[in-house]
Amino acid sequence: MRILKTALAVTTALSFTTLANATDLEVTHWWTSGGEAAAVAEFAKAFDATGNKWVDGAIAGSGGTARPIIISRILGGDPMHATQLNHGRQAEELVEAGLMLDLTDVAEAGGWRDVVNPVRLLDGCTSDGKVYCVPVNIHSPQWLWLSHEAYKTAGIDVPSDWFQFVESAPKLTEAGIVPLAMGQQSWQTNLAFGAIMVAVGGTDLYLDVLTNKNAEAAASAEMTKVFEAYAAARLLSEGSNVQDWNQATNLVITGKAGGQIHGDWAQGEFQVANQVAGTDYTCLPGLGVNEIIATGGDAFYFPKQDDPEIEKAQKELAALMISKEVQVAFNLKKGSLPIRGDVDLSAANDCMKKGLAILAAGNVLPDGVNAFTADTQGQLDDLMVEFWNDTSITVEDAQSRYVGIIKDAD
Amino acid sequence: MADTTATTFEGPSGPKPKRAFSSTNIIIYGTLFVVCLYYLLPLYVMIMTSLKGMPEIRLGNIFGPPVEMTFEPWVKAWAEACTGINCDGLSRGFSNSIWILVPSVFLSIAIASVNGYALANWKFKGSEVFFTILIFGAFIPYQVMIYPIVILLRESGDGITNVMQFFWEDAPRFRLMGSLWGLVIVHTIFGMPILTLLFRNYFTSVPEDLFKAARVDGARFWGIYFRIMLPMSLPIFVVAMILQVTGIWNDFLFGVIYTKPETYPMTVQLNNIVNSVQGVKEYNVNMAATLLTGLVPLIIYFASGKLFVRGIAAGAVKG
Amino acid sequence: MSLSDAEQLNEVVKPPSKLFKNLTAKIAAIPMILTALVIFIGCTIWTIYHSFTKSRLLPSPDKWVGLDNYERLWSENRWIVSIENLAIYGICSLILSLVIGFCLAALLDRKIRFENTIRTIILYPFALSFVVTGLVWQWILNPELGLQNVIRNLGFENFTFDPINNAEIVIFGILIAGIWQGSGFVMVLLLAGMRGIDEDIWKASRVEGIPTWKTYIFIVIPMMRPVFVTALVIISAGIIKVYDLVVAQTSGGPGIASEVPAKYVIDKMFQSQNLGLGFAASTMMLLSVLVVLIPWAYLEFGGKKNG
Repeated sequence: MRILKTALAVTTALSFTTLANATDLEVTHWWTSGGEAAAVAEFAKAFDATGNKWVDGAIAGSGGTARPIIISRILGGDPMHATQLNHGRQAEELVEAGLMLDLTDVAEAGGWRDVVNPVRLLDGCTSDGKVYCVPVNIHSPQWLWLSHEAYKTAGIDVPSDWFQFVESAPKLTEAGIVPLAMGQQSWQTNLAFGAIMVAVGGTDLYLDVLTNKNAEAAASAEMTKVFEAYAAARLLSEGSNVQDWNQATNLVITGKAGGQIHGDWAQGEFQVANQVAGTDYTCLPGLGVNEIIATGGDAFYFPKQDDPEIEKAQKELAALMISKEVQVAFNLKKGSLPIRGDVDLSAANDCMKKGLAILAAGNVLPDGVNAFTADTQGQLDDLMVEFWNDTSITVEDAQSRYVGIIKDAD
Repeated sequence: MADTTATTFEGPSGPKPKRAFSSTNIIIYGTLFVVCLYYLLPLYVMIMTSLKGMPEIRLGNIFGPPVEMTFEPWVKAWAEACTGINCDGLSRGFSNSIWILVPSVFLSIAIASVNGYALANWKFKGSEVFFTILIFGAFIPYQVMIYPIVILLRESGDGITNVMQFFWEDAPRFRLMGSLWGLVIVHTIFGMPILTLLFRNYFTSVPEDLFKAARVDGARFWGIYFRIMLPMSLPIFVVAMILQVTGIWNDFLFGVIYTKPETYPMTVQLNNIVNSVQGVKEYNVNMAATLLTGLVPLIIYFASGKLFVRGIAAGAVKG
Repeated sequence: MSLSDAEQLNEVVKPPSKLFKNLTAKIAAIPMILTALVIFIGCTIWTIYHSFTKSRLLPSPDKWVGLDNYERLWSENRWIVSIENLAIYGICSLILSLVIGFCLAALLDRKIRFENTIRTIILYPFALSFVVTGLVWQWILNPELGLQNVIRNLGFENFTFDPINNAEIVIFGILIAGIWQGSGFVMVLLLAGMRGIDEDIWKASRVEGIPTWKTYIFIVIPMMRPVFVTALVIISAGIIKVYDLVVAQTSGGPGIASEVPAKYVIDKMFQSQNLGLGFAASTMMLLSVLVVLIPWAYLEFGGKKNG
């Protein structure tokens, strides 16, 4: 009898420990499009394999919908266990307020400083020498995506850079194809502006404006050229009335539009549609003019909890997200570049390989999301979407407003 | 007494049309017919679209009936549509929505009806001022209140915990933020202005003699409320219920902020289905999801019919 | 039951005592008083205070910046456009809801057949959320798929009706959807008001030989004043808060042509992470509500006591 009781006690104890090990972590993110969801599933799969459980808290509608929810929950003392946020300046205040878990020990154990490439990404997560977030991928916005089908219909060759693309536009229009697909949301027009700025204005101008917030550079004649190119580009998108970026990408996939200026995450959509880089579509980093990559990207933060079990699982997830296998699996699905240079990405397609080569050569720029505050970014979004859609606004007018915003940027 | 009030509102009171086929009648029915078309058009489009396959939708005729009828979009919207990595459609939110709906509707109506009763029959110094402030509150965009309310809920949750721990040392931490009760309180607060207005107007219209007689008989505040006011207020309670069911069922913002993924209401899934585009916008699934989500309030509207107008009549006529 | 009646009764039934008079009523009203004071007044003051601070992602009460946020607000083109749009949308929506609602109610009040069915048809959109409304109308007004395409296919090649994609008229595209959703409720309110009017009024006007339309305008409408007030409160509260509809239907586009103040507030608070600016904008919105509400409250409550 006593033996039975002890056995029982042991088994209950055992089952208790297994229960304690299996921690549910609630993870909030706004990755809900086809390619994005497939990528998140890789995280979830890997985390579930450790015996814990990934509780998915997806909220569609980009950061604007998700952010108030994330911040409210953190402020209200009932935070989720992990959450996507753009690193850099967006989460600064939450870190300063001591609401985020310090991941320094995980980072040191994993040697993050040695493996993360470019190391700037880790700097974006670091505050006062402590690490607060896990960068999971690199996204660069300055790509031009071109539809082979559209160019076949128009009977011309696929352009190899932005200037050729602009030249080819009238032919596309004749064939009844919209030259440039553009989603109506403001951030997409601002993204296109950044891309044209790198291509037409060059990297020096880009760095001077974004990093130094140099208002004189923003008012310079080179910048006027950028605005002129942008003003010309807006005429190419007439007839593209879609809202979301992936609807615009879909116009390119189906050959209804010639091209789209968009980030490399568009690649995930091509992949879901079974398109092959090089045969069905072409991608041109830096619009094919200046082959560079701006190192934007996503990161995960881990709000502080008062339960040590959860904290342990949070750190486990943090280490997992940056591990080699997970990085490869995740980024292949997401269409983004891994944040570590020491992984084997032979499975990558042409576009990703282009990106990896540029990354290896060190041709990297900071991204607007990291360089500007969300506030400045919002002002630029507003300006660009207005300028793009209202042809009555002149180049001079737009540029002077731009200079004003850069002047006030902090 | 209740009967006489009811009969006053029962039938139409407008001028009587004379002949069946008079020119006036043709104009009236003609206009109403056109009006009904305008109101029905979107519903028709929604239903037709939800029964079509995507290839047919791409052809472009949104007003045509489906050539090949399919219930696939409905199945997908209910059980297969993806939210992040969970692909079980709206179904996972349905019971959550019910769990949120029932206590929220009950509490908000209970409080608002007592408010209206106090404002109409037991005026005290300052009661009109509080009422004006309440009406002012109806104009504040909800989103502006999110952060202050989050902070208030956190603090009052902690306050309750402290009180509880004062009596029992190991009382668990009580949370308003992130719990069902927090959400119920928020719905009660934001439903209060309009509901109180309706109840106040309704109770003002109850004949004074009735109230006076009860007072002379010695009935007090709650006695009159439960024995006289409640039994004769069915219509206005129906109106309040309809308004609250609609509002709370359709709410996305509070539902997503004050709950967790396991308890997200149906509207969160709807938002995710509608806003997450997987390549092409699947209009048919969106429409089916929309109809499924709207089903509960729609059924209540269709079922309540006459009671709704009667209640509104009773609640809004006298100010 | 008016104030003085209640007071008289109190004197008869209970011993008069200032504080304890009506005590149960006061206790029962505590939730309302708390909501009014703590939530609506308290949070409003909190919002106004923070509109003078440099609050970014989190409220930071100690970074006082004075009127900076207000200066920035009024220098922004998008805010000005938002205000203009709200004015156009608000005025049109108020007038159209009331006129359409009233006309429909008057039609339904003429002892017609199928009244229940027709009323339900007109009212049902109110059961649907703004997100749904925006989505459906976005689609019906979509030039490639919707109305324009259908009419062109009927043979009118040059027919153009694209309020969603035309910056000049986009706000009217939103108006069509808004009216569709909300006018049914206004109609029911006004219909209810008409039902409350005594049959004798109609008999009298018929005896006097007054035309029907005159009876409506000069006799019925003035008698329905309280209903109109209720309708007005409900409609205008909806107008000020219009947000979901715009987001679902146009996302404020094309460009910034259909932006509204509530969307500005929310975008600045959560997208741009500039709480201070968002609070400044919402303070301006609240101020405009007060400008309308204070005279109304005075007329409604102050006036009665004097008369």
